[in-house]
Amino acid sequence: MSLSVDTTAGMTRSAARPAGRRRQPRPLPVLTALCGLALLAGCGGDPPSALNPAGTGAARVANLWWLLFWISLAVVAEVMALLIWALVFRRGNVRVRHGQPIRFVAIAGAGLPFVILVAVYGVGLRDLAALAVDPDPDAPTVEVTGHKWWWEVRYPGASGATANEIHIPVGERVKVRLRTDDVLHSFWVPQLMPKTDLIAGETRETWLRAERAGRYRGQCAEYCGTQHAHMAFLVVAEPRTDFDAWLTRLNAPARQPRTEAERRGQQAFVQGTCAACHAVRGTGAQGQVGPDLSNVGSRWSLGAGAVPNDAGHLGGWIVNSQTVKPGNAMPPQPVSAAALPDLITYLRSLD
Amino acid sequence: MATTSTPPGVSRVDLARLTEHWAESPSLRGWFSTVDHKRIGRRYLVTAGVFFVLAGLSALAMRTQLARPEAGLLSPEEYNQLFTMHGTAMIFLFATPMLFGFGNYLVPLMIGARDMAFPRLNAFGYWVFLFAGLFMWASLPFGAAPNNGWFAYAPLSSEQHNPGLHMDVYALGLLFLGISTTAASINFIVTALKLRAPGMSLNRVPLFVWAIVATAFMVIFALPALNLDNAMLFLDRRFDTHFFDPSAGGNVLLWQHLFWIFGHPDVYIIVMPGLGIVSAVLPAFTRRGVVGYPLIVLSIVAIAIISFGVWVHHMFATGLPQLSYSFFSAASTIITIPSGLQIFAWLATMLLGRLVIRVPLLFVVGFIVTFVLGGVTGTMFALTAFDQQVTDTYFVVAHFHYVLIGGAVFPMLAGIYYWLPKITGRMYHEGLGRWAFWLVFAGMHVTFFPMHLYGLFGMPRRVYTYASEPGWGGWNLVSTIGSYVLALGLLLVLVGVVHAVRRGRPAPPDPWGADTLEWATTSPPEPYNFPVLPRVHSLHPVWDERTAESTGEGATADRILSEGRVTLLTSELDARVERPVPMPESTLKPLVLAAALLVLFAALLVAWYPVAAVAAVVVAATIAVWLWPAGPSRTSGVATP
Repeated sequence: MSLSVDTTAGMTRSAARPAGRRRQPRPLPVLTALCGLALLAGCGGDPPSALNPAGTGAARVANLWWLLFWISLAVVAEVMALLIWALVFRRGNVRVRHGQPIRFVAIAGAGLPFVILVAVYGVGLRDLAALAVDPDPDAPTVEVTGHKWWWEVRYPGASGATANEIHIPVGERVKVRLRTDDVLHSFWVPQLMPKTDLIAGETRETWLRAERAGRYRGQCAEYCGTQHAHMAFLVVAEPRTDFDAWLTRLNAPARQPRTEAERRGQQAFVQGTCAACHAVRGTGAQGQVGPDLSNVGSRWSLGAGAVPNDAGHLGGWIVNSQTVKPGNAMPPQPVSAAALPDLITYLRSLD
Repeated sequence: MATTSTPPGVSRVDLARLTEHWAESPSLRGWFSTVDHKRIGRRYLVTAGVFFVLAGLSALAMRTQLARPEAGLLSPEEYNQLFTMHGTAMIFLFATPMLFGFGNYLVPLMIGARDMAFPRLNAFGYWVFLFAGLFMWASLPFGAAPNNGWFAYAPLSSEQHNPGLHMDVYALGLLFLGISTTAASINFIVTALKLRAPGMSLNRVPLFVWAIVATAFMVIFALPALNLDNAMLFLDRRFDTHFFDPSAGGNVLLWQHLFWIFGHPDVYIIVMPGLGIVSAVLPAFTRRGVVGYPLIVLSIVAIAIISFGVWVHHMFATGLPQLSYSFFSAASTIITIPSGLQIFAWLATMLLGRLVIRVPLLFVVGFIVTFVLGGVTGTMFALTAFDQQVTDTYFVVAHFHYVLIGGAVFPMLAGIYYWLPKITGRMYHEGLGRWAFWLVFAGMHVTFFPMHLYGLFGMPRRVYTYASEPGWGGWNLVSTIGSYVLALGLLLVLVGVVHAVRRGRPAPPDPWGADTLEWATTSPPEPYNFPVLPRVHSLHPVWDERTAESTGEGATADRILSEGRVTLLTSELDARVERPVPMPESTLKPLVLAAALLVLFAALLVAWYPVAAVAAVVVAATIAVWLWPAGPSRTSGVATP
């Protein structure tokens, strides 16, 4: 199966990718070398790597990482050199005098590290403060609510909701307000911004600022139970005009059925068990338990990253999502074999 | 040796009397009633080893599941129980008990005493550990094992989100186990402060003993927070209190604060005795004392104190105030200094010594390499901004396995090979040991080094599976292969131990030419440890002729003490002789008390409260009988009148 989750695919395919790749601030010589060594690993796929940042917050942390990486490398090299020196040149089996090079130990083990650590701590404080900056009060805001095991996404002022997919305007600092409906979760988009936990009973805020358009995979990073593994989401950073258009659609009724099959599908949806839990704007389906499905046809995946969003997987999901994502809140559905294709057609038409 | 020839300075009559007073009957009853710290220590080592195997097999199952994306070997529910039991067992049922096993066996020997200060409490601690471990593992075949991660965050641990017995097993199991850990810690502290051989002033105490005592103090101050947490969790789940229920005014972060007030010191509780083992092993294989004894002692004490001020670095993503983060970030940064100091003290020791490359030294070298790699990433985690990016990813899994395998398992393995001749009286097979070392070392790094990478590449931890497109599959396969190599290496360690016990050639009292007192007696030691309690004149008593003479020509009756089952009580700082103190005989009371507690906790688990009440009465009665003032001939440990 293949979910379009990387920065290369999706709606902003347009030239964003090569430019972005070339702008990548630092080469990864060490990692590249390691990739070369581990043939098995091969570094396949296109990981949502914190070392390939596309957002202001993640870029800052990536720079901090490289500073820490080189210092660590120096420290490790120093220790290894001393260790190897001892192993090669200090063999023997005679008891020796108890010389006490206290000054060496104090300087190499405490003095020098102290100076380095204080400096690094200063850099760390600077970055901590930079990540903690509050966005403007009038910055665009996304309200994200964690559920077991999906993300509800709303925009103040827009009546609609979506799930597991967050659209933001590129180049703008977007405020993200985080709440959880049940247990702790953690909101994390490695290429855009470090984590912020969702704390039961409280509201947390973070922000996202994508420096280049693209699709960025995010995932829950705080263990939240059976399906913690399948609680991913996608951040779509797009030009302001695209974002505005998308938000306008989120505020409007869902797309009306255009074919007979879609109409039958809508009827099955509204009159069947679906509507008890799911909403589709502008129809009688106003369930609030599961994700709003008003634009489900356009989403990047089903079940918060569990399977790709295509007709086959959608049918499987409807009939028995427990085989796809065991433990999720949706029970197997008593949909007749005749109604299922219509239902699939209708849901896939909702974009 | 002493069984065949009389040591100088001690008459045959004295030896016969010592044997009469200290030997325990070889009967079945004797097996259950022993209070000998050496037998108890061995049991700790073996039992913790068994739990290590179980937790390791859990890890292998997980690694197999994660070898490729979307694998179906384990269901999510099975995986979640396995990773929880893996972490919980490794931390609580393996690491600390294993190191306490070393402590139990070695502390009295290293300080020149005949037993722990409270031998019956010692036996009790072991039985509780055994029962608590069985209590927790027994839940797994029933599919009722803890499934909330070893740190069991609220509110996922609540009855609402996690019905069934899973988290009741966790809360009760850890409360039960905490009794054992606390008892052992008190015992270590009193033993090290009151039973040291005459002349072993604090500045002559072996570094391993310092490490164990500092660890014991940390346990005593850290564990109450965990116990409180688990008590509140159990009350929330079973009796509808609302400590962690935000809808009723509770607070979910309260769990995290209390857990990590315990949990961070616990990292050092695990690593510190490991560092102590390194300091104990090095002199024998560098042919000199460890450089900077006072610096290392200061480091140990500094770590023990600072470790209580860093817990919030486990909560850097929870959105607490920046000011608080800047403080805890500073404390977490600074705590690396005492560890770095020790590393350079050991390096200086090696650079100024003459290295004898044997298996224990190999594991010490493996320790330094691994622990330093874990240390540098640890410093990274002290910086809040970086921590927020990599916490709860495989990067942190890599980090703490480097710290814990590097800082605890490698030293333990060094310790196993180092003290095996002392404990079993048999030498291990050097070639087998070297194979084991290289497989363990390679397996460890092949397993855990790639985790740094796929953590940075965005893979969160605690996922039972992962999608294929992020491209984590290849690296995961490398880790899985590494884990099998690691397992093979550990199997060879086990083979080596069994081989030594079965076929090993007899070990002399001091095969390494080492410096501490356990090497001044037979391998394995007699039940009374030392025919003559030594008078200590230096930090390296076995390398010191005057100390050796004190057990030979210079032996005096006040240090032979063959008139009864007694050891010497000495002063806390300078180890001046105070008086001989009688030690208790073997008894079944510790076993009865531990068994009654097991019934109590099991009854609480399955909600048979009347049974729990009866068990509580039995517990109280056993304690009363145990502590009942006895006649002068039966007086027990140090503090009892």
